[in-house]
Amino acid sequence: MTHLPYILGSYAAFAVIALWLALSASFRLRHARRRLNAVDPRAGQRQT
Amino acid sequence: MEASNTLTSRVPRGRMLHRFANPGRFLRLAARVQPFLTWPALVLTAAGIFGGLFLSPPDYQQGDAVRIMYVHVPAAWLASSGYAALAAASFVSIVWRHPLADLAAVEIGPVGAAVTALCLITGSLWGKPMWGAWWVWDARLTSVLVLFFLYVGHIMLVRAFDDPERGYRAGAILALIGVVDLPIIKYSVDWWNTLHQPASITLTGAPTISGSLLWPLALTALGLTLGFWAVVTGRLRAAVMERRTRALLGAQAEAA
Repeated sequence: MTHLPYILGSYAAFAVIALWLALSASFRLRHARRRLNAVDPRAGQRQT
Repeated sequence: MEASNTLTSRVPRGRMLHRFANPGRFLRLAARVQPFLTWPALVLTAAGIFGGLFLSPPDYQQGDAVRIMYVHVPAAWLASSGYAALAAASFVSIVWRHPLADLAAVEIGPVGAAVTALCLITGSLWGKPMWGAWWVWDARLTSVLVLFFLYVGHIMLVRAFDDPERGYRAGAILALIGVVDLPIIKYSVDWWNTLHQPASITLTGAPTISGSLLWPLALTALGLTLGFWAVVTGRLRAAVMERRTRALLGAQAEAA
């Protein structure tokens, strides 16, 4: 395969950015849901 | 069908939009939609990347460097379409003062900035072996760099005020002014003599690239678009819950 370092660099950048976006959204959502359930369990259950 | 059309036509557009301003209704709808965005995004992106890396042939001029396009091109499309969505949310926010539109604009910003950064990074990694330079001050590259700065400016501006409402208004104005960059990005390769090649795929004409290169690109483009909206939906759900939690804590503190 020609230009392998450039191809690997591109896909590595994609993997890092995609994982960072997905994991940060997932952790933030989990944390927000836990806090809302702690403050008002009925509202938390109704809205998620 | 006729009855529903009549019903819809009787309800003012602003009121239709405010139907979805109810946080509980939005959270229930978004929780239902989220898996239909996330799982197809994962499957389509994985299939597109596998096809792009291992099944599609090398280009007769670019060699294997064409495989960078399977990430670069969808990132470029998402950078522009994400900004269009940010501007649309800002328009709804300014015209109808829709609370979810404010939050949507705030949450689209960082995701859009990330895909624009990915577009610039992968473009640079493609440019070095193909053009012999990491960067050139070409009209297309420069206008995409301006788009990245617009995203970053929006992210900073909406968080720069003690009163969030003022931040939302200022960010919305910036987002609407920045829309002028989108046609410049799109037509930069036609208006100026650029090093960046013209569009290979347009809405009106047949694609000028081979079908064997096109199908992995279509899969990654569709997968990454769904992934973009899955991430935005997840962030928006979290933002609505955080706002609800703050409101409940504020009410409890006032009552105590």
